[in-house]
Amino acid sequence: MRERAMVPEPEFESYYGKQIIKTPTWKTPDVPIYLFVGGMAGASALLAEGAARSGRPGLEGVARGAAAGGAVVGTVALIHDLGRPERFLNMLRVLKVTSPLSVGSFILAPFAGLSVAAFASHVSGRVPRIGRLAGLGAAAFGPPLTTYTAALLCNTAVPAWHEGHQEMPFLFAGSGATAAGGLAMVLTPAAENGPARRMAIAGAGLELAAAQRLKHRLGMVAEPYEIGRPGLLMRTARAMTAASAVVSLVAGRNRAVSVVAGTSYVAASLITRFGVFEAGLTSARDPKYTVIPQRERLERRRAEREHEDARPAR
Amino acid sequence: MSNSLHGRLDDVQQDAGYDQHPPRMGFFTDTSVCIGCKACEVACKEWNDVPEDGMSLSGMSYDNTQALGASTWRHVAFVEKPLHPTTTDLGLPGMGAPGWDSHENGPASAAVTLPASEDQGAESGDSGVRWLMSSDVCKHCTHAACLDVCPTGSLFRTEYGTVVVQPDICNGCGYCVPACPYGVIDVRKEDGRAFKCTLCYDRLKTGDTPACAKACPTESIQYGELDELRARADKRVDELHEKGLDVARLYGRDPEDGVGGDGAFFLLLDEPEVYGLPPDPVVTTRDLGSIWAHVGAAAGALLAIGAASFVGRRR
Amino acid sequence: MAECHPVGFQWVMEAKRKGATIFHVDPRFTRTSAVSDIHVPIRAGTDIAFLGGLVNYVLSHELDFREYVVAYTNAATIIGEAFEDTEDLDGLFSGWDPESGQYDPETWQYAGAPKAPAAGQRDPAQPAGDRAGAEDASTGHDHEKTSHGAARSEAAGSGGPSVPHRGERDETLQHPRCVFQILKRHFARYTPEMVHEICGISREQFGQVADALTKNSNRERTSAFCYAVGWTHHSVGVQNIRTASILQLLLGNIGRPGGGIMALRGHASIQGSTDIPTLFNILPGYIPMPHAAQHDSLDDFVAADAGKVGFWGNMRSYTISLLKAYWGDAATVENDFCFDYLPRITGDHSTYSTVLGQIEGRVKGYFLVGENPAVGSSNGKMQRLGLANLDWLVVRDMAMIESATFWKDGAEIATGELATDEIGTEVFFLPAASHVEKAGSFTQTQRMLQWRTKAVEPPGDARSDLQFYYELGQRIRTKLAGSTDEMDRPLLDLTWDYPTEGPLGEPDGHAVLREINGTGPDGEPLSAYTELKDDGSTSCGCWIYCGVYADGVNQAARRKPHWEQNEVALEWGWVWPANRRILYNRASADPDGKPWSERKKYVWWEASADEGRGRWTGDDVPDFIADRPPDHVPADDATGPDAIGGRDPFVMQTDGKGWLFASAGLADGPLPTHYEPPESPVHNALYRQQNNPPRKSIDHRANPLNPSYSTVFPYVFTTYRLTEHHTAGAMSRTLSYLSELQPEMFCEISPRLARQRGLTNGGWATIVTSRTAIEARVLVTERLRSLRIGDQYVEQVGLPYHWGGTGLTTGDSANDLVNLTLDPNVFIQDKVGTCDIQPGRRPRGPELVSYVDAYRVRARDDDGREPENRSDA
Ligand SMILES: Nc1nc2c(c(=O)[nH]1)N[C@H]1C(S)=C(S)[C@@H](COP(=O)(O)OP(=O)(O)OC[C@H]3O[C@@H](n4cnc5c(=O)[nH]c(N)nc54)[C@H](O)[C@@H]3O)O[C@H]1N2
Ligand SMILES: Nc1nc2c(c(=O)[nH]1)N[C@H]1C(S)=C(S)[C@@H](COP(=O)(O)OP(=O)(O)OC[C@H]3O[C@@H](n4cnc5c(=O)[nH]c(N)nc54)[C@H](O)[C@@H]3O)O[C@H]1N2
Ligand code: SF4
Ligand code: SF4
Ligand code: SF4
Ligand code: SF4
Ligand code: SF4
Ligand SMILES: [Mo]
Repeated sequence: MRERAMVPEPEFESYYGKQIIKTPTWKTPDVPIYLFVGGMAGASALLAEGAARSGRPGLEGVARGAAAGGAVVGTVALIHDLGRPERFLNMLRVLKVTSPLSVGSFILAPFAGLSVAAFASHVSGRVPRIGRLAGLGAAAFGPPLTTYTAALLCNTAVPAWHEGHQEMPFLFAGSGATAAGGLAMVLTPAAENGPARRMAIAGAGLELAAAQRLKHRLGMVAEPYEIGRPGLLMRTARAMTAASAVVSLVAGRNRAVSVVAGTSYVAASLITRFGVFEAGLTSARDPKYTVIPQRERLERRRAEREHEDARPAR
Repeated sequence: MSNSLHGRLDDVQQDAGYDQHPPRMGFFTDTSVCIGCKACEVACKEWNDVPEDGMSLSGMSYDNTQALGASTWRHVAFVEKPLHPTTTDLGLPGMGAPGWDSHENGPASAAVTLPASEDQGAESGDSGVRWLMSSDVCKHCTHAACLDVCPTGSLFRTEYGTVVVQPDICNGCGYCVPACPYGVIDVRKEDGRAFKCTLCYDRLKTGDTPACAKACPTESIQYGELDELRARADKRVDELHEKGLDVARLYGRDPEDGVGGDGAFFLLLDEPEVYGLPPDPVVTTRDLGSIWAHVGAAAGALLAIGAASFVGRRR
Repeated sequence: MAECHPVGFQWVMEAKRKGATIFHVDPRFTRTSAVSDIHVPIRAGTDIAFLGGLVNYVLSHELDFREYVVAYTNAATIIGEAFEDTEDLDGLFSGWDPESGQYDPETWQYAGAPKAPAAGQRDPAQPAGDRAGAEDASTGHDHEKTSHGAARSEAAGSGGPSVPHRGERDETLQHPRCVFQILKRHFARYTPEMVHEICGISREQFGQVADALTKNSNRERTSAFCYAVGWTHHSVGVQNIRTASILQLLLGNIGRPGGGIMALRGHASIQGSTDIPTLFNILPGYIPMPHAAQHDSLDDFVAADAGKVGFWGNMRSYTISLLKAYWGDAATVENDFCFDYLPRITGDHSTYSTVLGQIEGRVKGYFLVGENPAVGSSNGKMQRLGLANLDWLVVRDMAMIESATFWKDGAEIATGELATDEIGTEVFFLPAASHVEKAGSFTQTQRMLQWRTKAVEPPGDARSDLQFYYELGQRIRTKLAGSTDEMDRPLLDLTWDYPTEGPLGEPDGHAVLREINGTGPDGEPLSAYTELKDDGSTSCGCWIYCGVYADGVNQAARRKPHWEQNEVALEWGWVWPANRRILYNRASADPDGKPWSERKKYVWWEASADEGRGRWTGDDVPDFIADRPPDHVPADDATGPDAIGGRDPFVMQTDGKGWLFASAGLADGPLPTHYEPPESPVHNALYRQQNNPPRKSIDHRANPLNPSYSTVFPYVFTTYRLTEHHTAGAMSRTLSYLSELQPEMFCEISPRLARQRGLTNGGWATIVTSRTAIEARVLVTERLRSLRIGDQYVEQVGLPYHWGGTGLTTGDSANDLVNLTLDPNVFIQDKVGTCDIQPGRRPRGPELVSYVDAYRVRARDDDGREPENRSDA
């Protein structure tokens, strides 16, 4: 009846094996998709701005489209996820830095407006100056849009997320870069997709490094990223990202390879978001991820205290 | 990062912007006198019009409520623990094994001897069983993660220092749900909004005792000014310790803990996790500075990647 | 107590906080055990052995409160030579008549006394009926029971039956026939070893209880017993309480603060409904119901009490005042105050006899008012068979209960034993107002009346019971108006004229309470029962309640907070009699009238320099004649209150003493004796007599008993309540907030039993007795333990009895399993029995009947073999 020990090592107790914290009520696929498109859109806005400045209209068009499309899809996903969609605007009543969702709304809203404006201007050729300014603005909001979602997840009591708060933003930055780069690799003529490839490769490097660090630093709390369905997702995504990186590094200029690698980047980024999301749910559902680290923390503190206490006595 | 997101905070109402305010009110739940009658659960539902939360037999002792949630603002836990020789002796009543002396007494019929291995009390051995009951509720944290993360301002701090949801503002974003380190607040599926204990804000306003505390027959739930409750609780623990009940401990009373102390704190007779409580809860926003810093750094890194992607060959 | 009286239990917790040690004696480890100091697990149905063990411990270690015992109890009284004990007769007392299956108490009388009226005098037992198949008790076989007369203990009224005022006494307690010595011999074999063998209680634990109890009972300290239906619901229910009374008297714990035996009562005002009874054999204030064969006139009726010592000596005043309350001006000296208008009883008309009467077609119509027997009463099948055989049935309830819908959804419809279109009962359902929808008083367990005001008007057609009966009476009287038939006079002459109030025309409860209180010649409320007269000048609806409306004020409505008065809080509510909080509190002072100790000071004699002006005084209302000095010796020919000696605290008893030995009034013996429940897996370790000899069996094909020691029914089951539900469930299974807390019928079993029968936590089990089989979800819990009884394990199955077929949560009824065997004194059912338990759900439809039949056949064939539950099996 009682959960004496779910895992052989660290013994821990629980109340009939019931979870302690609540599982996030956020829905799948809405939220993982939101994480993905947000990341992709944010990085795409950067790509678009670079393309504009460096005179790559093809890339610019694709990236502007990706940014605008991502913003729109992300907004829809977010609204859809709300328990009361009709009250979406309540989100903009206040700005609270303690609430990444609030901050995020104030990033997403302007980003969406700016990127859509920039894309519209680019496609229609009208009000080009405003379009350029909007593009610049979107690029400014892009990186925070890509990384704030890490804060969104990490600023919770969900162990696998919260404990990973140092790595998660980088993981998301990297993953956003691979998605944006990958998408552009697929859709942009080979002549213009160099920056996209480079962005993807760099993103992959950042993402893989962050993931590696997360796993080592978190110890048992990282377990949900390794086991079960989220583990499978994460492993798959990592393998795909790594493979895409290698392939694009070696043969990225080949159009066909570029399409394959790019698709794989995008898919990997999407899968990563599902993996991260589900790993969080797993860690919320099993009390051991809540109890054991907290117990260890208490033990550490007690040891420290004893140490402190011991000192003046000497 | 401002201190008001974590650490000690002695005037939580002031911090929330109330210049003039009544004393901070809260609960001290002394689980050592709880009789598991669940009057608190029912009184809460009755007063606050909380809907039924499902009819299913859990198999978890007498606890068919199972956990706090959007439609359960008080939850009485029933911890049945066999008193293994290794378990701490609580000094509470165990169920002594009847007939533990039957060996010396000798079985009635000489032909039949009871196998020595098969003890009287089934699994639990001679030491018996212990049944702990404890009524859980929202902790009305000094640093309330739910409140911090709420993007709409639906959750707010009252003049009594309690944490309350305003259902007309809540948009159901659900952020408060995973933010709470105790797993208290939840979103009601059919309705979409988040709900939890209001510490009977309406009753407090009219000078009444919250419904659950009012209904509690044994004064397991004590309502009052937090400072006074803390003093009372300290006394009670000392009293129990004097009686040899070393396992008695306060939970959520320490203003220096990870949430700056709970507005509703407890006297427990075992480790918190045994009751389904986190042993060392920390308000997530304690790391908010670090979180934003990393987010900023990562955004910078992304910007750098973006810039770097355009450096070099024009291909 | 924490489970069923959680609000009252706060005082136990308070006592614990102040240092009291709490013991909980229960087969199961319950919420009460969880906060008690020590839980003592006991095999269900063996409390006399346990309590008897404590009595023996006290006596053999000379730990009794000797001064108290000698002065205030009948320990010194010498019993007649003809008395023979169960120790002599292997489980029977002298006076057993195997023919009638009853005792003749003649040999139990005090020595040297004029022959006392036999206990059964008011209710001569009906001759052994055709159902009586008595065998010789000495064979050790069970007795088939005859039907008894009216419940004896209550037939005598609350003072108990008469014993002569002055029997022979030996104040040294050495006389071999004095009660003290008889008691010693009677309980000598109730040793810790025997307690262990019978109850499964370890000797250590027994020692712990005995030690704590005796150490805490003396001049300075007192101990209290609280009990409820874990003691009463047995075929030896009354004797369970008797054992506790003996123990408490020996320890000097009666009539003293912090002592006593607290009956924790059931329904709100169930105390009130015995004071102003819904019982067949008593009138208000415990005045017995007149018997058809004996009480032709008022004089006959009160004769037995007329010469009595103590306050029952004034029975005539109480009775005449009651008759005046009923019939007002119509009641005159000339017509014997309408004594003839009172109905008479002819025998046992208790609830279960009535059920039998229904089944046999003798009872044609029935009112069910605030009762749900289809679920709440033992042997549910018999209840439903009875209801299905009526001409008409009136159900007044707040919910559509199983007892109103049995004709379409009762268990027997499913099995085909009954068919809806063959049931002729016409059911009238009348919605009732709940307690918050009407004003009135509750009398709780402490005999306290507390007034309740109405919170809301009843919804729809719902009306209070008061209004229903009042209007029913009015309508009947209208129909009978002008009748010249003598038979209709009692109804037409009734005083039936209450003022009404409110939008619904509700009779005013205050007027009723005022009538109950009684009025004097001037029509003004009386203030004490001592003011009642036997000349017809006073009227009083219930003499023990006289004073509740003193000074025209509803004393029950008083709510002075405790911080504005002393601990006894005399100004909170009103307690009968005379607002006295502790009965017999004269015993809180020593024979000379001084408190036994400063610490336990309660009521004492305050002498006065001025001869004759001394008084009893103290924190409570003294339960004694206020100016009777401790050294008063009544004249030999004194009667009534005048005959009470200054050292006789038990003013309602005819000898003024607390009875260790009850020479009259009990159907099953003057001393408690351990008998096994009617269904038991073990042999009586003390006597060859297995069961309580005069217990009342209900002999009907729907009530077959499991044979004792049957291997087919090897487990003991007992039934009980959950905090989350109320009795037969209509008031909890209809409410979501309560239902969700205990959403399904379940059984509780030990892990060992779970292993033995392959039962899993959360799974299903079928529990079988000879009556039927029910299903329940399983809770495997260490809180139920395997009890080692001698060389065998006894496993107990715990069954809450709240479920039935309607409501938000439904389930099988535990009472469908319970057999009907009754205590011979008060006809209460037994809540324990034997059963089998198997994994899985029960068969449905007619297969259920054949499933149970097969069990019965096996049980019959197997009778007598060794129990398979032995550990070597
Ligand atoms: N919540 C709630 N409260 C109630 C009620 C209710 O239904 N629900 N009902 C009310 C009514 S009508 C009544 S009468 C009272 C009854 O109040 P209680 O008498 O307290 O009620 P029960 O639970 O039936 O029985 C008490 C205990 O007796 C134990 N028991 C069973 N057999 C034996 C035995 O042979 N010996 C001993 N020593 N113990 C035994 C059971 O395990 C149980 O724990 O409660 C009243 N209060
Ligand atoms: N096996 C087993 N059986 C038992 C017991 C046990 O321990 N074990 N306990 C026994 C005991 S102690 C008791 S008291 C009985 C209880 O058994 P019952 O008295 O048969 O059951 P209740 O459910 O209490 O029935 C009371 C009914 O009164 C209704 N009611 C409430 N208020 C009012 C009112 O003001 N007016 C009217 N007209 N109706 C009202 C309620 O809705 C409810 O249906 O069960 C007995 N049966
Ligand atoms: S316990 Fe949870 S829900 Fe309650 S105030 Fe603290 S964080 Fe908020
Ligand atoms: S669900 Fe409601 S209360 Fe919770 S964070 Fe969102 S808006 Fe605030
Ligand atoms: S304080 Fe009020 S809202 Fe909170 S649990 Fe108690 S009764 Fe419910
Ligand atoms: S806290 Fe009080 S009301 Fe709640 S279950 Fe415990 S004793 Fe009953
Ligand atoms: S239901 Fe009423 S009588 Fe029973 S414990 Fe609660 S308050 Fe007391
Ligand atoms: Mo009862």
